[in-house]
Amino acid sequence: MLKEENKIFKNLYNNLGWTLEDSLKRDDWSNTKEIISKGREWIINEIKISELRGRGGAGFPTGVKWSFSPKKIGSRPHYLVINADESEPGTCKDRDIMRFEPQKLIEGCLISSFAVNAHTCYIYIRGEYYNEGKRLQKAIDEAYEKKLIGKNACNTGWDLDIHIHFGAGAYICGEETALLESLEGNKGQPRLKPPFPALVGLYGCPTIVNNVETIAVVPTILRKGGKWFSSIGRPKNTGTKIFCISGNVNTPCNVEEEMGISLKDLIEKHAGGVVGGWKNLQAVIPGGSSMPLIPQDMCETLKMDFDSLIAAKSGLGTAAVIVINKDQDIIKFMARIAKFYKHESCGQCTPCREGSGWMWRILERTAKGEATHKDIDLLSDVTKQIEGHTICAFGEGSAWPVQGLLRHFRKEIDKRCFSEPVIKKRRNVPYLVDQHLLEK
Amino acid sequence: MPKIIINNKEIEFENGMTVLQACELAGEEIPRFCYHERLSIAGNCRMCLVEMEKSSKPIASCAMPATDGMKIKTNTEMVEKARKGVMEFLLANHPLDCPVCDQGGECDLQDQSLYYGFDKSRFKENKREVKDKYMGPLIKTIMTRCIHCTRCVRFATEIGGVTEIGAIGRGENMEITTYLEKSMESELSANVIDLCPVGALTSKPYAFEARPWELKKTETIDVMDGVGSNIRVDTYGWEVKRILPRLNDNINEEWISDKTRYACDGLLKQRLDKPYKRENGKLVESNWDEVIDIIYSKINETEKSKIAGHIGDMQSLETINSFKSLLESLNINNYDFREKPFYINPKNKINYIFNSSIKGIEKSDFILLIGSNPRLEATMVNARIRKNFVLKKTPIFSIGDAGDLTYDYKIIGNKTEDIKKFLNNESQASKIFLKSKYPIIIIGESALQLASGRSIFENLKKFLIEQNFISDKWNALNILIQNASTVGAIDLDFLKDYKKNNLEFFDNIKNNKFKLLYFVGSDNLDFTKKDEFVIYQGSHGDHRAQAADIILPSPAFTEQNGLFINLEGRLQKSVKSSYPPGEAKEDWKIFNLIHQKFKYNNIFNSFKELRDKTLNKVKNHSDFGLLPETKIDKEDSDLDNLADETININELDYYFSNSVARSSKTMSECRSVRLKNIKNKTGT
Repeated sequence: MLKEENKIFKNLYNNLGWTLEDSLKRDDWSNTKEIISKGREWIINEIKISELRGRGGAGFPTGVKWSFSPKKIGSRPHYLVINADESEPGTCKDRDIMRFEPQKLIEGCLISSFAVNAHTCYIYIRGEYYNEGKRLQKAIDEAYEKKLIGKNACNTGWDLDIHIHFGAGAYICGEETALLESLEGNKGQPRLKPPFPALVGLYGCPTIVNNVETIAVVPTILRKGGKWFSSIGRPKNTGTKIFCISGNVNTPCNVEEEMGISLKDLIEKHAGGVVGGWKNLQAVIPGGSSMPLIPQDMCETLKMDFDSLIAAKSGLGTAAVIVINKDQDIIKFMARIAKFYKHESCGQCTPCREGSGWMWRILERTAKGEATHKDIDLLSDVTKQIEGHTICAFGEGSAWPVQGLLRHFRKEIDKRCFSEPVIKKRRNVPYLVDQHLLEK
Repeated sequence: MPKIIINNKEIEFENGMTVLQACELAGEEIPRFCYHERLSIAGNCRMCLVEMEKSSKPIASCAMPATDGMKIKTNTEMVEKARKGVMEFLLANHPLDCPVCDQGGECDLQDQSLYYGFDKSRFKENKREVKDKYMGPLIKTIMTRCIHCTRCVRFATEIGGVTEIGAIGRGENMEITTYLEKSMESELSANVIDLCPVGALTSKPYAFEARPWELKKTETIDVMDGVGSNIRVDTYGWEVKRILPRLNDNINEEWISDKTRYACDGLLKQRLDKPYKRENGKLVESNWDEVIDIIYSKINETEKSKIAGHIGDMQSLETINSFKSLLESLNINNYDFREKPFYINPKNKINYIFNSSIKGIEKSDFILLIGSNPRLEATMVNARIRKNFVLKKTPIFSIGDAGDLTYDYKIIGNKTEDIKKFLNNESQASKIFLKSKYPIIIIGESALQLASGRSIFENLKKFLIEQNFISDKWNALNILIQNASTVGAIDLDFLKDYKKNNLEFFDNIKNNKFKLLYFVGSDNLDFTKKDEFVIYQGSHGDHRAQAADIILPSPAFTEQNGLFINLEGRLQKSVKSSYPPGEAKEDWKIFNLIHQKFKYNNIFNSFKELRDKTLNKVKNHSDFGLLPETKIDKEDSDLDNLADETININELDYYFSNSVARSSKTMSECRSVRLKNIKNKTGT
């Protein structure tokens, strides 16, 4: 369990007030000038020491990412872009940060912008977060008023402007390069990498894209020291993390916990346990809908951090824990997720465009018990044909959950879909016969 | 040079190449749909996946820059599996249209599925159906076939310079469309048909006409404008079914204009197939002997100074030369090839060609257009200018408003005064011009037509020589010639009294001073018949044939061999790909007939003899396909001051600019769509 003093987001439940005044009481902006005066080398190094990994899903070390940014501003300006397009089903951590701890984010923007040489920072908020965006804008206005950002922000000599941009609600715009495209006013479709945004990003300029939570924890890390942060959790999976627990639990919630907390603790202690008791647990999706699910028997000992979840053939993702109890139809559930991915695929590259819809259709049939056992093998093939062949990680995001289902719930599926395919292997049907006309 | 290892074979590659290009160097063919050498990289079809060492996933070779020491494998199981997977996805929603699809036989998807496709479909769901879009009279769409490679979108935005094609919707529902169901307002629009790897965009006029393997393919050149684009003419029997571009980096790259491509149906219509004579005001069929007799007697009874000859816009060097030798034999001194009297100084080749060369445009860092609209007058030249503009943001200026040229340019006036300012280094453009290394000045025929055309040209030439921009290294002086036969005609001296622009000839034509007129394929000359005797020799029953007293049918440009010199001075061969209809005779043979009738003995005994003699007459001509060697003359010509005049760019009726295009149904459809669009734009 995370000690109270080690919590970064003290106002996660808005019992202390979100305004600048309240935030100042919680030590926000307390020694920003001092931190910045130590220079960007020190900041990046401290973040490297803290072993902070990106909180958006991929878990890339933040300090390393920042160090990719060119050391000096060349002919093109640098940008910092905050990814607040929090669209992963089950995830709602950034929303609460923007609502209740906006100053942490804004201070983080200033320090991070300084670290990556950016004078302009864009916050890309999903369109549905309209109220959250307005709240954040208020907080930004307050910060401008107090000269915490703007010209000579916080007396540090660094100029910073923060702009909010509302997206139009496409899931794919949470992918960093699609986000940049959307920010530029284009259709939100991921770009080819390389070149990576750190060198060629927004408007072709060096750009660092970070998740809201990643940026919001930066000031506290620098205030308390990278060592402090890395002392929490396990090596390489350090610090605290906001977990979003939803689904069949008694009290769904957002909670800040240390990395590597056991899943059982998380559910039992913070979310009031599974509806119907722990025995009634069917499966858990540990990191937002794009991560493979984990069946109940593995959940007993599961530790919630990047590496142990990868070992369990899943991933921490955005740490959105979706709990599924035995009242749910797991295949129908997966069909719904597949529908989401079919709907949100950007359509740019072939495997994802054609494959996501195909997967959904097979799963729909499977859920109704209309699929044949051959179809299940086909489904498995389709997921493998998508995975790794796409431009962005969306392909994996749509294929992995289905693969998880096939890995852990094959028996369930087989029980429901046992019919033979129309064409039996043994029947030697000549090649040019219209197969649909054959009798079943 | 950096090295890359492909399938255990080490090869050298140039910096900046992609893995796909390096693989091609190594002789490994990589399947692809979205990748195209001349378009930006989209990397979205995922067909070109290859295995890279140290990468767990296969990489898209078209988008991955090759780096030194990279190890690539293209023949592993992983690669094959990946490609087969992608192919299955592409085919999943692709209709089984092949037997009725026009792309059949030249379809990338068909070809690739032979290597990477399964024999049976595992896709049992309902196939997607997409509504067909309207893309104008040239492009037929069957959007269900689309595989979303976005080549067409990239072509339109990058090369065409129009933003009318794009993709809407996302995921499975993504559709390529022209948004508002409008036709594409580009003279290059039909190139998307060639680019489309499947049958989603096919040629509307060619729909269900033929299969590619049934067609006879002839590699030749185009004569619709002065550019001389390299084309392939596909014929089925007599009919020219379609025209496709041929790769030539120096001229048209691999694009052609819509007029080049689609005027070909005009070759089937309005054709003159028999000699005609006028009797009692009506044209009646005749025969060769009779019409030659009539011509003989008419020429004999007319005073020589009252006889004039004019040659048209699509005539080969051989035709021009044999016509000229006929006129010389007959002692006729009134002839010209121009449609409007624009100033030409035939003394030196550099005075009337596009000296910087079309490829040279890419190098340029300053472009000034004077009284020219390259978009309509020479579409492929305009495409090059746009290419330069897109890559280098070259500053482009124009004197005279040329309208939308598909790139940004600045109009710095429309008066001869503005040329004067430029010559005195006082113009807005001067600063950039003086700093530039490879400036290009393009003078259009509209400017040369002015009364001060001569002084515009001579002053500019003098100025450029002074600035050392007409030198062996770089020649900034360019004339944008509109017609295919113009440079050849100047080279063959088919021009009288250039100093005064041969104005007398044009005045006499206009005022009906001549008694007998001999037109060879000339339909564009401004002329209203009064009581002249008109001989028209040509391929199409166009304006002039209606007014003619004698019609001599001759082949169109695809039906006889000939040489053409394009606006850069490049000598090119046009090859006979079809045969003329009816009794039409090749031009030089008709002149021979008349020669013989007059009992002159300087006839050409064979086409080879004609060609040799013609080439001997052409002033320092190049080898086939090459640029001519030019000499720079620094002789001072007598200069007069620029008179005050307004430079208006003559509006070119693009789709109706010659007799073939005027006979073409497709062109007339394009024209009416264009006119409608203009009407809608101005709101009248």
